[in-house]
Order: sequence, then structure tokens, then C-alpha cells
Amino acid sequence: MKLIIAIIQPHKLDDVMRELDEKEIHLKTVTNVLGCGRQKGVTEVYRGVKEAGTLLKKVRLEIGVNDAYVQPTVDAIIKGARTGGIGDGKIFILPMEECIRIRSGETGKVAIG
Amino acid sequence: MPQINSGDTAWVLASTALVLLMTAPGLALFYGGLVRRKNVLSTMMQSFFLLCLISIQWILWGYSLAFGPDVGHFIGNLSWFGLNGVTLAPNPDYAATIPHQLFMIFQMMFAVITPALITGAFAERIKFSTFVVFSLVWATLVYDPIAHWVWGKDGWLHNLGALDFAGGTVVHMASGISALVVALVMGRRSGFPRVTPPPHNMTYTLVGAALLWFGWFGFNAGSALAANELSVSAFINTNTATAAAAIGWVVIDWILARKPTVLGAATGAVAGLVAITPASGFVSPISSIWIGLIVAVVCYIAVAVVKQKLAYDDSLDAFGVHGVGGTVGALVTGLFAQKVINSGGADGLFFGNPHQFLVNAIAVGAVIVYSVVVTFIIAKVLDLIMGLRVKEQDEAIGLDNTQHKESAYTLID
Repeated sequence: MKLIIAIIQPHKLDDVMRELDEKEIHLKTVTNVLGCGRQKGVTEVYRGVKEAGTLLKKVRLEIGVNDAYVQPTVDAIIKGARTGGIGDGKIFILPMEECIRIRSGETGKVAIG
Repeated sequence: MPQINSGDTAWVLASTALVLLMTAPGLALFYGGLVRRKNVLSTMMQSFFLLCLISIQWILWGYSLAFGPDVGHFIGNLSWFGLNGVTLAPNPDYAATIPHQLFMIFQMMFAVITPALITGAFAERIKFSTFVVFSLVWATLVYDPIAHWVWGKDGWLHNLGALDFAGGTVVHMASGISALVVALVMGRRSGFPRVTPPPHNMTYTLVGAALLWFGWFGFNAGSALAANELSVSAFINTNTATAAAAIGWVVIDWILARKPTVLGAATGAVAGLVAITPASGFVSPISSIWIGLIVAVVCYIAVAVVKQKLAYDDSLDAFGVHGVGGTVGALVTGLFAQKVINSGGADGLFFGNPHQFLVNAIAVGAVIVYSVVVTFIIAKVLDLIMGLRVKEQDEAIGLDNTQHKESAYTLID
């Protein structure tokens, strides 16, 4: 079992969700986050004054998957999120020790969904 | 020499400020709440900027084209350019008891809100630069002539006897019909109708609707251009029809969608305000209840059924509410008008004068045809020269960031 964490551009969320749906990966958690990569954020101008180094808005997806689903999930995220420009984001894959469904107490493969 | 009446002047001054409030913050909040978080600033900016833009256009040439000396019953000439000859003395052709300049600035606020209503149709995808040029050209070539037809001295619909108390045809039909044309020319937002982008802040929308309601007392009761019986009658009708339409919409929602929605109440109220606008100075309070209920049903069908079926992206229902509601209002004015209420008006079909309905129907037809044709040409030409839409990527990122380099909300701080 793996936990896949992806940091993507907010405006690509719709595309990523559609790609995931196509691969029948429906269970996910989505949060708004701030962050910056190598481009060190953007500068915004307020009333003519430059404010440097603002963190960028990103969206973070967390998806717990069985091993067979790791590659399809990664492919779907890349297909949906890639624009080719800087700031497209990253995918992290972490080993996951256990997964428990709160309602039934089921664990492991079944609980993932 | 006509005398200036201080009561009339005070009321129209206050009404002018009330109508300003309808555009910003009223409409800005109403529309701003209905778009996604990434577009709220750009949407509010469109209303706010029009307040600035049309204020200047109106002083320079707009007022002269709409209300200046008549040319062929179609448009005013430019002899009042820059308010040349528009003085502080009353002009009995328009309002005998208030300064002419007060009439001018009261009318200015109508000219401001009309293009602002259109912004609901191209929300979330129009290029700001094209929007500015479009609005300026539209105000000059569509609004100013239609205002002249209906309200200008010797305008042809005015001479024909079309009844439009506060601007159902001039403001709501012209903007609503043009809104549909622009929405069709520029196309749908990406993803629509597969996904309908959700409103991001319904509290803004409800506050905006309430401010529109409040400001509308200036719009309708102010259109009496005096503090008298007629303004009181228009005030009461405005409130009555709005309440009836909001209740009507909520009940339909409750039956068909199983829940009485907040957006339904807000939309119903605005539809009621739109429909009572042309009728407000000519009908009884009981007729106002009927008008409110009728417009709720018709606009509901336009917004919830027809729009879904035809899948045009009139994003914030500028056509569905203002175009359709304005048409309903103009037609029912020809049904419910009563001379007992306003001796300067006429009886409608329900009070033994079918001719009035016919005249109002002619006004409706003329405004539809003219708005469609001229708006289509303006939109097409600007699309070729400047491009109406932002790039697909910019639309996805949002107009706040791509058009104004700002964002409305922060995540932290």
C-alpha cells in the first residue's frame, strides 16, 4: 500500500479529477495549500508597490492506493496536471503501513476501497 | 418660468445616489458572489469600472445623444456635448420642478447600470481591455438611441405612447437581450455545461440582492421625478412585486427542487424588481402581486429549463432574469396599467384598452431587434480586432490573477 501525495496547480484540479475518474480512482482528499518550488513564488503589485516572494496557491491531493494502482494514479495525475511550464508541481509516493475504515473496522486492501 | 421645488429636488438627489448604489456595491456583490473565488475581483471591477467609465461618457456625449434635440425620432444630436446648454434651470420637457442637471445625473446612473447588467453574461472569461471598449461602444450605439426612443423628447416610441415608467425596455430588455447575444458570440466557459461552476460566496449574493432592492426605490420611485403621490405608488408597487416574485420563486424551488434555496429567493427578488420597473408608476398594488408571480414563473422556466436545454452559457443569468423579466414587465404593463393610478399614463388591456398592449408589444419587438443586430455587430467586430475571450490557460487560472494581477482571498495571513 502506498500513500500518494501530489502538489498541483489549482486550475488543473478539474483535469486531474477527470483523469483519475477515468482510471476508476475515486477516493481522494483535497486541500488548499501554499508553497513554492524553484521559482520562489511570485511578486504581486499592490497600489504600485511590489511585494516580493509571495507563496503560490497550490492544491494538495492525498490518495491511498494498493500497489497495483500506484502507476495508474501517477499517470493520471501527470496527464491531468502537466502544462509543461514551471510550477506544475510534484508527486511524492510514501509507503503506507495500514489503512483502517472507521465505520467497519476493516483494514488493509479492502479498506482502501 | 418653471419653479424649482425643493422637495422634488431633494428626493431625486437621494434617488440618484440610490441608483448608484445598485451598480456598486449592489450588482458588484450580487454577481461577485456568483462567480468562482478566482474571478470575484474581476467581476466586481467590471461594475465598478463602468460606474467610472459611463459617468464620463454621459457627461461628454451620452446625455446629448439620449436626451438632446431630436434627430429623426431616432437619436439626440450632439449639441449638448459636454453638457453645453444643460443648466441648473429646469427643463420642462423632462422635469419641470428640478434642475436640468439633476435630471441629467439621475439618468446617468441608469446609463451606468445597464451595461453593468450585461457583465453577468460574459463573466469569468472576458478580456478586460475588450470589455472596456465594448461597454463604451455599446453604451453609445445601443443604450443611448434606445433611451432616446422611449424617453427622449420626440423619440418614436415615446410619441407612439409606449408605457415604460422606469426603464423596463431601455435598461432591462436592452441589457438582457444584448447579454444573450454576447454570450452566444463569445461561447461557453470551458467545461460548461459538463460542470456548472459553483457560486463561491452566496452571502455576497444575498447582500447584493438586498442592496439592489434598496437602491431600486430610487430607480422606480425616483422616476416620478418628484416627491409626490406617484412616487409613493411606485415605491409600494416596487416592494410588493419584489416580495411576490421572491415568494413565487422559492415556492417553485420547494416543489421542483425540494428545497427553498437562498439563491432562488435572491433571483426571484431581482426578477420581481425587473418586471415591476416599467409598470411601477401605472399599476395598483394588487396588480403588482400578479406581476411578481407571473415573472417568477416565466423567469424560472427561462433559467432552469430553457437555458439547460439549449446549453448557452449566460453565466449569471443576465438574459434569463433581465432580458426575459424585462420583456415580461413591458408586456404586462400593457395589461395592468390604469389611468386611475397615473393620469399621465393609459389603461391597459385588462382595463378596456387593448391598443396599449399592442403599443407596448411594438416597443418590445423594436428593442429586441435593434439590440440583437447592433450588439451582434459590435461583439463580432471587437472579437476580430481585439478578441473577446482571454486565453484558455488564463481562464483556467482566473481573471483576477491574469487580468488584474491580484487575488481576493489569501489562504494564510
